[in-house]
Amino acid sequence: MTHANGASRTLSVASLARVEGEGAMHVVVRDGVVSDVELRIFEPPRFFEAFLRGRAATEVPDIAARICGICPVAYQMSACQAIESACGITVDEQVLALRRLLYCGEWIESHALHIYLLHAPDFLGYESSVALAQDHRAIVERGLQLKKVGNDILTVLGGRAIHPVNVRVGGFYKAPSFAELDALTERLRWAVDAAIETVQWVAGFDFPDLQLEGDLVAMQHEHEYPITEGRIASTSGLDITVDHFPEHFSEEHVAHSTALHGRMRGGGTYTVGPLARYNLNYDRLPALVKELAVAAGVARECRNPFQSIIVRALEVVFACDEALRIIAAYTPPAAPSAEMPARGGTGHGCTEAPRGLLYHRYTVDDAGVIRDAVIVPPTSQNQPSIEHGLREFVQHRLHLDDAELTRQCEQAIRNYDPCISCATHFLDLTVDRG
Amino acid sequence: MNATKPRLAVWKFSSCDGCQLTLLDCEDELLTVAGAVEIAYFLEASRATAPGPYDLSIVEGSITTADDIERIHEVRRLSGHVVSIGACATAGGIQALRNFADVREFISVVYAHPDYIHTLETSTPPSAHITVDFELHGCPIDKHQLLEVITAFLRGRRPQIAAHSVCFECKRRGTVCVMVAKGIPCLGPVTHAGCGAICPAYDRGCYGCFGPADSTNIPSLIPALAAAGMSPFQLTRVFRTFNAEAPAFREASTRAETSESIQ
Repeated sequence: MTHANGASRTLSVASLARVEGEGAMHVVVRDGVVSDVELRIFEPPRFFEAFLRGRAATEVPDIAARICGICPVAYQMSACQAIESACGITVDEQVLALRRLLYCGEWIESHALHIYLLHAPDFLGYESSVALAQDHRAIVERGLQLKKVGNDILTVLGGRAIHPVNVRVGGFYKAPSFAELDALTERLRWAVDAAIETVQWVAGFDFPDLQLEGDLVAMQHEHEYPITEGRIASTSGLDITVDHFPEHFSEEHVAHSTALHGRMRGGGTYTVGPLARYNLNYDRLPALVKELAVAAGVARECRNPFQSIIVRALEVVFACDEALRIIAAYTPPAAPSAEMPARGGTGHGCTEAPRGLLYHRYTVDDAGVIRDAVIVPPTSQNQPSIEHGLREFVQHRLHLDDAELTRQCEQAIRNYDPCISCATHFLDLTVDRG
Repeated sequence: MNATKPRLAVWKFSSCDGCQLTLLDCEDELLTVAGAVEIAYFLEASRATAPGPYDLSIVEGSITTADDIERIHEVRRLSGHVVSIGACATAGGIQALRNFADVREFISVVYAHPDYIHTLETSTPPSAHITVDFELHGCPIDKHQLLEVITAFLRGRRPQIAAHSVCFECKRRGTVCVMVAKGIPCLGPVTHAGCGAICPAYDRGCYGCFGPADSTNIPSLIPALAAAGMSPFQLTRVFRTFNAEAPAFREASTRAETSESIQ
């Protein structure tokens, strides 16, 4: 929809496609200057933080998973970690390794979905991956099979790909045998090669010039590329333990969104996700992934949001390689799960969902019942940054007609792999040109 | 060419996106399905949308806003067949927990400006508002069942979806009964089949995510669940989670809540 009037116009995308959830975008242009950009999130609220109160702490991993069908493991892992912290539960090293393996499955599944089915069609001028498959069937098949390997990990270890059943506070209901996990090895070796081909394929796309400004925030770990554990760090030098998150980050409620907006206290907008992880943790990547990164033209610092598709592909190589490493080193834990003590408290949990930092905080009473719940998903944190970035992006593209400007804005928004279901817990574009 | 292909639409209401993701999770079959139909409207997969009418509409999610009510009627008007998928679209989903509480209090817990939020006091399945031709259960649905439902409607026959309990699937899978052998409380005897009895195979009791089976006798299961160690508090909650608004589960949770207050 367009209203052109000299130098002023309104651009409106009423329903954003190829994102998870429901949202729209509204851009207002006055006298040739972008005066306002709003990501309108109208995904209806589902009130998880409200109805988790009064539930048993042991129920939270199953319930929190239902916030997002694309990244349920992320919700389960941050929830478990927070509750274990609240109740003083120590988790076995092999159980932690299994959690990391499960999470690798989700990274592979979610990233392959985003790269092949949601994002790549933008770069190649197709409306969908189905249309892309009509011309490049073998490529789309490769993406689907790569995605399937991620789902295979989730199915073997979690019971099923969406809303896995095997996760519980303290660990798992049942630990797999080495043979059950080793059955994944051959497919994972294929997946490493397919992921490498994916990096080489996406590295050949055309990337518009754009620099992501502001702070990047991700977890950091002494030895590992962060997935399930670590401190919270930023490119401006923040370095805190997970329990200090509330002192440094806040959420605001704005009129145009059922997703709260994340802010850094005393700072401004910030960005979480693959680019933040990559920039803050490049040194922790295995040599294979660093070599691929250099060959793909992304150095140790990559701030072009369009190139996030390369970084996601690099993370898929990493996740497949890491899964192989975990399986090779696996011996079943003595017990699949730690006991739940009758002790309450407040605990914080933070893990790296495919879309970025996912923070949970729960207060549990001595009877094991949830008294307070706070969940801060990645897309809520990114929403102000997406709006900020779009303002500059649109400003430089005002010469485009509405159809092309809309297409390019949607692509720019997809750079962030927004998950609106999570954030509302997103997109119709409206440009108001006056 | 497209004129001869059946036209498929996928709609989202209040949900986690997991059930429509199930279609994209059919990695081996997706391109075959996409070849057999015209995907006319499926926002999660394509920015190309075509106006109705549609031969088959698949609906994910529950009705939680005034706009949703208008939209679900529009879907019905535009569609030859409407199939609801998942616990949200068959029983209101986890967000139907508001039906047992005060939604205004819920809003005040999550949002600083309650006046920005427009939502209904209840979460209801599409069938509470329109005629639905078939309901596929699960939180999430099973992909093989989804493919069966799509195939059946495209061929003009009823879907072959068993309505018996999870117990049958455990027997077929060769899983030893976790309630009998290990004393683990299990909702398998009253829960709709379809998942393939995953939980008992992972040493945990079924937690009812596919909702009630077609004919159930929940009151006769309650003593067995209690004997396996479930308190009235746990009984209320196990029936009041993902399919809380499904009539058989609603009745069970309400009864358990009553005995909670007596104790």
